Amino acid sequence: MARVVVDVMLKPEILDPQGQAVQRALPRLGFDGISDVRQGKRFELEVDGPVDDAALARIRQMAETFLANTVIEDFSVKVES
Amino acid sequence: MTARIGVVTFPGTLDDRDSQRAVRVAGAEAVPLWHRDKDLKQVDAVVLPGGFSYGDYLRAGAISRFSPVMESVIEQARAGMPVLGICNGFQVLTEAHLLPGAMLRNTALHFVCRDQRLRVESTATDWTADFTPGQEISVPLKNIDGRYTADERTLDELEAEGRVAFRYASGGPARDGYGNPNGSQRDIAGITNAAGNVVGLMPHPEHAVEPLIGTGRTDGLGLFTSVLKKLVSA
Repeated sequence: MARVVVDVMLKPEILDPQGQAVQRALPRLGFDGISDVRQGKRFELEVDGPVDDAALARIRQMAETFLANTVIEDFSVKVES
Repeated sequence: MTARIGVVTFPGTLDDRDSQRAVRVAGAEAVPLWHRDKDLKQVDAVVLPGGFSYGDYLRAGAISRFSPVMESVIEQARAGMPVLGICNGFQVLTEAHLLPGAMLRNTALHFVCRDQRLRVESTATDWTADFTPGQEISVPLKNIDGRYTADERTLDELEAEGRVAFRYASGGPARDGYGNPNGSQRDIAGITNAAGNVVGLMPHPEHAVEPLIGTGRTDGLGLFTSVLKKLVSA
């Protein structure tokens, strides 16, 4: 069994008010020096069988059609063993 | 004979009953449709009502968009059947790529619930023909993921083709329901597809169809009478 991680982030040009709210809270909590925060989603997929090119292609398709909305989000796929 | 207008219920839908009622008040027959059933029961038009289908998990509308009923709705919408998405229904239509853009968390991060002033920008759709261009209406608005977002090219295209159906009206104080409540780009509250049969909007016309409840006005009724006239004259 292998784990494939799909990270989904809002595209850079899309306003992220949740990330901004986190960033603004940091100094108040004593965490200085963070100029920007952007919040995203992480999906951990446990894959049955080998993670070969075909399996990765399926996962990319899954990410593109479902896990991410590519109108507003970018995604990246990486294999963890 | 009157028209049959279907209203879809997903798990987590809230406004299906009010939408059915609005359809009946307008004079059409309301036909309940179930998310797991591909059968559209020979309806002439479909309303996707508001709520929190599938708990808004993943993204609002993202899971509903793949439900069996939506396969038929998408197919029929592409063939020209009138489809109206209200609030969560609008989110489903963008996730299904029947309408461009996407809805994101309100800029102020608050759930907004108020009577909202809208300007009708386009009457060249199946759902807005009964209004006059530039008409101001007031209907309830209630959402947290209502910030309409699209890239500049898409926004320019929507404006150039007259596909902005409703805009949040300015010209008065916020306490009277004026202004952009959620940070939507270019104050867009609702849009249409190029053919004019698919319309989505965030505010809730189905809650403003009888003088006794809601805003005390019937400003939302025009969407339902518009489509009924089109269907009956067809």
